[in-house]
Amino acid sequence: MKELLLLFLSAAIINNFLLTRFLGHCPFLGVSKEVGTSFGMGIATTFVMVMSGIVTWLLNHYVLVPYGLEYLQTIVFILTIATLVQFVEMVLKKHIPALHRALGIYLPLITTNCAVLGLAVMAVRESYTFIETVVFALGGGVGFSLALLLMAGIREDLRETDMPEAFRGAGVALITAGIMAMAFMGFAGF
Amino acid sequence: MAKTNYVKEFLKGLWEEHPTFVMLIGLCPVLATSTSLKNALAMGISTTAVIVLSNILISLVRNFIPDEVRLPSYIIIVATFVTLVDLFLNAYFPSIYQVLGIFIPLIVVNCIVLGRAEAFASKNGVFASTLDGLGMGFGFTWALSTLGAIRELLARGEIFEIKVLGEGYVPMQMFGQAPGAFIILGFLVAGVTYIKIRVQRKRELQKISERSSAA
Repeated sequence: MKELLLLFLSAAIINNFLLTRFLGHCPFLGVSKEVGTSFGMGIATTFVMVMSGIVTWLLNHYVLVPYGLEYLQTIVFILTIATLVQFVEMVLKKHIPALHRALGIYLPLITTNCAVLGLAVMAVRESYTFIETVVFALGGGVGFSLALLLMAGIREDLRETDMPEAFRGAGVALITAGIMAMAFMGFAGF
Repeated sequence: MAKTNYVKEFLKGLWEEHPTFVMLIGLCPVLATSTSLKNALAMGISTTAVIVLSNILISLVRNFIPDEVRLPSYIIIVATFVTLVDLFLNAYFPSIYQVLGIFIPLIVVNCIVLGRAEAFASKNGVFASTLDGLGMGFGFTWALSTLGAIRELLARGEIFEIKVLGEGYVPMQMFGQAPGAFIILGFLVAGVTYIKIRVQRKRELQKISERSSAA
């Protein structure tokens, strides 16, 4: 139990997906302009990360490894994630339309979010057990949402700030991310 | 007319529609693998190979793929080439393979590759698509290597693992780690934006003066 808690904290905060591992930057810079949309994106991504963590783990252990097909990992994983995202979208649309309206526009974007595929590949390389993979995915998703929300809050304020024209938008967002990464390094004990 | 067009298709990726500095896509590998110039070049070349090869194949088969299933088909084509690059690096350059780690399989989800497939290779001929891929790949590579060189210099005082700054230089570890990557990329993006703004202003001024002289 203690190890699982440590794994969760390490995935969420110490080795934060966005700020330390550099995964999932397309939505980080694209979506993190408002707190509301960032929240939706964070929830949707966490959900897909956990689901794809589960499915890719099962596929890897019951199909790829027994048949010696590990070299197909990249192709199988990305197709699984793309199918899964499509499937989740259909299920949500039919059964929970309110949630679909809130998350709908983010779901297609998540297929090409490298945090999702990165998580699946990392779980295989670290040879996590099933439970560990789920906890790792959950931690990664929570950490991703946390960084996204913090960033959105800062960027909402930055919009009103006076600064050189060239730094507006992406430039200042990246420098802010750098300062946040420095703060997050504190958790690792630097 | 055709000739100037081809030159333009190649050059636009290097500056006008630069994937990293202007379109801001595919930033994850830029930040993660730019710890040194060597790693940056390895990643840049691998990604360029995938962009060019998948652009060629997709523009060859673009008329046979039904519109509804084009994205999954593109993903399979891209993933195939990524697997080839992955196996190739693992077999011949194991040390580079170790350093780049999960960012080799992650070329699949690099937005530049699928973006070029969808926006360019699915609509244009083989030759133009090849040039487009080369331009985008080189654009990505020069951004990655610039960042890699600056980070290596500041973090260790070296370039290409050769000591450049003298003994008196105190290495700034931070630039080898996550915060340094973000901050330097932020300044590079701002620098490119600054030049673009200046060029555009100059062009506008020129237009105004031309118009007034004509009048």
